Amino acid sequence: MPDLTLQINGQNKKVNVAEGTSLLWVLREHLGLTGAKYSCGVGQCGSCTVHVNGNPVKSCTVAAEGVADGQAITTIEGLSKDGTHPLQEAWINAQVPQCGYCQSGQIMQAAALLDKNPSPSRDEIIQHMNGNLCRCGTYLRILKAIQMVAGNKSLTTVNGK
Amino acid sequence: MKNISSQHTPTLSRRKFIKTTGGFAFLIGATGILPQIISCKSAKEIDPGILKQLTAWVHLSSNGQVTIYNPAAEMGQGSMTSLPVIFSEEMDADWDKVKVEFSPQEKEVYGSPGWDGKTKIMMTVGSRTTRSYFTLMRQAGAQARYVLLHSVSQHWQVPISELTTEPGVVVHAASDRKVNYGDIVSFLQTPESIPEIPEEQLKNPQNFRLIGKEMPRWDIPSKTDGSAQFAMDIRLPDMLYATIERGNLHGAKPTLKNEAAIRAMEGVIGVVTLDYGIGVIANTLERALAVKKQLDIEWGGAQTSGFNSQEAFSNYEKVLNGTEKGRELTNTGDFKKARQAAAKTYTASFRNDYVYHAQMEPLNAIVQLAADGKSAEVWVGSQSGPNDKEAVAEALGLEPSQVKVHLQYLGGGFGRRSAPDAAGEAAMLAKTVAPRPVKLIWTREDDLQYGMYRPMSLQRLTACTDGAGNVTGFSHLVAGDGANLLTSGIGIDYYDIPNQYAEVRVVPHGVRIKHWRAVGHGPNKFAIESFIDEIATGEGGDPVEFRRKLMKNSPRALATLDKAAEMAKWGTPLPEGRARGVAFIERSGTLTTGICEISLDPNTGKIKVHHFWSASDAGIIVQPDNVRAQIEGGIVMGIGSVLSEQITIVDGKVQQSNFHDYHIARMEDTPETIETALIDSQETPQGVGESGTPLVACAIANAFAALTGKRLRHLPFTGERVLEVLG
Repeated sequence: MPDLTLQINGQNKKVNVAEGTSLLWVLREHLGLTGAKYSCGVGQCGSCTVHVNGNPVKSCTVAAEGVADGQAITTIEGLSKDGTHPLQEAWINAQVPQCGYCQSGQIMQAAALLDKNPSPSRDEIIQHMNGNLCRCGTYLRILKAIQMVAGNKSLTTVNGK
Repeated sequence: MKNISSQHTPTLSRRKFIKTTGGFAFLIGATGILPQIISCKSAKEIDPGILKQLTAWVHLSSNGQVTIYNPAAEMGQGSMTSLPVIFSEEMDADWDKVKVEFSPQEKEVYGSPGWDGKTKIMMTVGSRTTRSYFTLMRQAGAQARYVLLHSVSQHWQVPISELTTEPGVVVHAASDRKVNYGDIVSFLQTPESIPEIPEEQLKNPQNFRLIGKEMPRWDIPSKTDGSAQFAMDIRLPDMLYATIERGNLHGAKPTLKNEAAIRAMEGVIGVVTLDYGIGVIANTLERALAVKKQLDIEWGGAQTSGFNSQEAFSNYEKVLNGTEKGRELTNTGDFKKARQAAAKTYTASFRNDYVYHAQMEPLNAIVQLAADGKSAEVWVGSQSGPNDKEAVAEALGLEPSQVKVHLQYLGGGFGRRSAPDAAGEAAMLAKTVAPRPVKLIWTREDDLQYGMYRPMSLQRLTACTDGAGNVTGFSHLVAGDGANLLTSGIGIDYYDIPNQYAEVRVVPHGVRIKHWRAVGHGPNKFAIESFIDEIATGEGGDPVEFRRKLMKNSPRALATLDKAAEMAKWGTPLPEGRARGVAFIERSGTLTTGICEISLDPNTGKIKVHHFWSASDAGIIVQPDNVRAQIEGGIVMGIGSVLSEQITIVDGKVQQSNFHDYHIARMEDTPETIETALIDSQETPQGVGESGTPLVACAIANAFAALTGKRLRHLPFTGERVLEVLG
């Protein structure tokens, strides 16, 4: 099996994995980028969402060789240098996460939306985010956090402080 | 860096930590594993100071950082903040300098009083974290403060009674001296014995500066940048990967037909036959998963063979019609007599299908047995670390004291993770390859099909009234699998009904069942609150007014009803096609009224919840925003479970397998608004984590009845079932 070269968060990473190994396993188990999560393995929940060339992709359904050789992969670890992407700050401000397991995927999915559509409507947000499951039921706060950034409002806490 | 009296590394902020460790083989998160493998390249910028242990609960660094142990699991309910907040309140710690770690999983030291009020347990279940630890953490925090005061008193040679504290500072007003907590480390003197601090010597709640305030959750920043660590994220040197094929017939015994071929496959390290599954150990996860699919297994029969879940209800009916009594749960007054004297009698039956936990992180655990076979370590996200310790010890023939549990964040629990099955299995596999660690992953399909479900049940309710709108008797019979799993929430002592009777009759099926958020409250409150509405309608009363009368002797319950009715503008007109429904529940001591507003698509039978209002009395609220978040999330989880979640079993086999056929709530299913009110209270804190979920079934069913005049009596209310009811 030849080495694959993956461009992840601006760095080239070489891995040697069996053909067909998902990008998710490569990120998590071979490279230690564990922010993207395994939950369903069949593209039904969005916990593993990363960006490939700016598009949100469910990394459990993508073979690593399919995104090798220069395609730009961004994971939650590379979304910002120090966790200060506006969405990450809004997520803290709205106190979105509960268990937190799905939230890397939620943030990556939301970031891809705002990159293309900086001020989506509520319905556009719901439509875009509907494939990302959250069992703790944090959807209203996710929506609120995205709207905070989309509206470019100064960030306020959930209680208006 | 001298005189470090503990092995903890206190000052690495999580963010900095990830920065310094990213790319190394052994990733360490917020949960206190020893970072022996990290690079020291950034050591210069990190000064951990001199670290000393104050008590079993807290370490203090000379740089001022206070490291507090959280004895509860963090599965999203906020224990990583709430318990340390309570502790810090009494210790008078500066919250900005607090760091939180999971405590060792030793229940004798870190447990809280269990169900008997005496024996200590460490179980994050039944919404018991805050209520079982509230006084304990206050007293432990006060003891830590005592150690600091004692040290300063000795050092300055002043009476301890002359010392006071401000956040992070000990003050001696008489000599106008102050000392920061961190500076006490250099002269810390732990007294020979630390006195118990009785409740009356704790802070007056009027003076709380942390409890009840809007405190951001400690764990949330790490849950926005990917650095929060779950057991699923652990990687250890030399680690192997394992999966287990368990089939979808609970309890069936496997015979592997192609073991030689499997063992010969590339990357396969071991094959382990368990009583109910075949384990594969491989050098990579992808190999373990690929080989799992190649297993040729012949499955034996099981108790579940031939069981069809949808046919079980007719059997439950026979059981309830039969004369064999089950376990009596309530018997006050004389229901039979009340029934004989009744002006009017009501009766109705309610049913519920199995539901699955569907926590986003499938079960997993990492176990490493030492080369000498005398100790083991387990990395797991568990609602009860000590249970996992015992399960691993049993699998390895060790004493629990020989097993160390490294508790991780839980990617959801909801009751599933108080069973230690994944850790026990990982141990059985790891012992065949010791000392190499084994990471066992359940796939989503494993997690769903070999799940432990909230049991099915049939509930038959009978009530009688006196002709003047008073409910004189109430009887509640339950038939289903799981004994105690069926009974929680059956009590209705907040309703003024003189003659009450409740009984459970158990019908075992062999299907794996377990506590599921709010346990029996889901089905039982669905039945009770739907039925109360039905009686209200039958007696010509408004559902809120009718409950108001029933609650006349329960002022705290009534206050939640009044508040929710006010929030929802109960009684005011709604647009065409909309209706409201109300429900009241008590769960884990918390009293909550919920009201929802729904509409219905008559073509598909799909119910849409537009708004949800809730008002709760949960006693003293430690973290108001977190309590609101728990109720909001609980309602959303409830909406999924009520409208679309369903496990069905045909000939013993689970029919669903993943999120494409087990439908949990999505963003589009969420109400446009959820408003939560918390009633001011100085009573002991109660449990809130489960109080939102069981509101939903009854509130929706009652709104549906208001909208259509028809009753929904079988959970979930799928479009198909709704259309059937509408005729």
